[in-house]
Amino acid sequence: MHISEGVLSAPVLASGAALAAAGTAVGLKKLDYDKIANVGMLSAAFFVAALIHVPLGPASVHLIFNGLVGTLLGWTAFPAILVALILQAMLFQFGGITTLGVNTIIMALPAVLGYYLFGRLIAIWPGKSMLAGFICGFGAVLLSALLLGLTLVLTGESFSIIAKLVVLANVPVMIIEGIVTAFCIGFLKKVRPEMLPFSTTFSPDNST
Amino acid sequence: MIEEPFAKGDSFIHNIDPRLRIAAAAMLSIAVALSSGFATLLSALAIAALALVAANLDWRRVCGRLLVVAGFLILLWLILPITHRGYPLYSLGPVTVTREGIMLATQITLKSFSILALLIALVATMPVAALGNALGSLGVPGKLNQLLLVSYRYIFVIEQEYQRLVRAAKIRGFQPGTNLHTYRTYAYLAGMLFVRASMRAQRVYQAMLCRGFHGRYIPLQTFKTGKQNPVFAVLTLSALVSMLYLEWT
Repeated sequence: MHISEGVLSAPVLASGAALAAAGTAVGLKKLDYDKIANVGMLSAAFFVAALIHVPLGPASVHLIFNGLVGTLLGWTAFPAILVALILQAMLFQFGGITTLGVNTIIMALPAVLGYYLFGRLIAIWPGKSMLAGFICGFGAVLLSALLLGLTLVLTGESFSIIAKLVVLANVPVMIIEGIVTAFCIGFLKKVRPEMLPFSTTFSPDNST
Repeated sequence: MIEEPFAKGDSFIHNIDPRLRIAAAAMLSIAVALSSGFATLLSALAIAALALVAANLDWRRVCGRLLVVAGFLILLWLILPITHRGYPLYSLGPVTVTREGIMLATQITLKSFSILALLIALVATMPVAALGNALGSLGVPGKLNQLLLVSYRYIFVIEQEYQRLVRAAKIRGFQPGTNLHTYRTYAYLAGMLFVRASMRAQRVYQAMLCRGFHGRYIPLQTFKTGKQNPVFAVLTLSALVSMLYLEWT
């Protein structure tokens, strides 16, 4: 989900950039040197997973996975998503320089919220992790769409109809993202539970 | 296949120091985003087009990339002229097209294309590794820079892994449709990508430690020096000054 270049007003762009810089600073502070390979690799996987198009009736939508990335990475989702956005700008020119901050906030803020709200839910509701996963995936995209709409409304009143359309158009994406995130978290729980946050499972290759 | 279509070349732009190009692209893009006068925006579009010419890129590819924004712009053109308040130009029943609405949509279109063209001409014309080094010497935190380089190094590997998983699914008769089975399959596929990425990260980190990594990647390429750099800097500054002049008069 990207906001296009040239639409937003200067105060919105500037506050987006400032908030993104603050979030990234917190994320980098929590990122130890021994985790860089892991976060960088997951950022690459996030970049590739966002290329997956799933069919929806006659059309197709692409997955976003920001809820899942937040659940897996916590605050380090901020630098990870910033890096994925820089790579998208470099390789596909989705979004340019001035919207980088706003787009980082739109994607990463719901991710970090997902970590705090649903990471814990997954841990304390072992039987209902699929439900928590659905809410996490659905909620993260919903929040991203609302943030995107908010940037438009803050720019000018005349954008309010477009903002509503953007949120509505993303409702099918939210549902699919919720379903996919639910299955994905169920899968990770079975295959590598130690990747999920607040997990107490002992894993031999993580113990070093 | 993921590729960097514009990164290789031997044009005037390709030979400029990446640090200068990033600084120029950032300053010019910000100036475009903050301007509103039509003279400024038209000259910005001309500057961006000149930069594209100087980069000597494949025109069809450039147009293809520029068209990506067209979808959102069409939506804007359909809605803004009738929702923005202002002097009515044309009425059809309850719908009124206003002059201010059309002006706003035109401004946004000009800005969108100029900023994207600047990005393509000045920044997408360097490999991501060069971008990482340049950002590092422009003061971007080392950890962020390393994250960018690790991620860039492995998107190609992980994309191949993704293609392999898709191939395996196809061989087993998987046909995507709008059903739960499809979404579950894609979810497991993405989950497998994340699992493999995390396991690969552990191996890579161990290999990095074995090779004595202590917090810095050593870049192999050096920044190019030469007359083209001051020429480019002067051109950028004059473009910037003329845009500011047009905006303020």
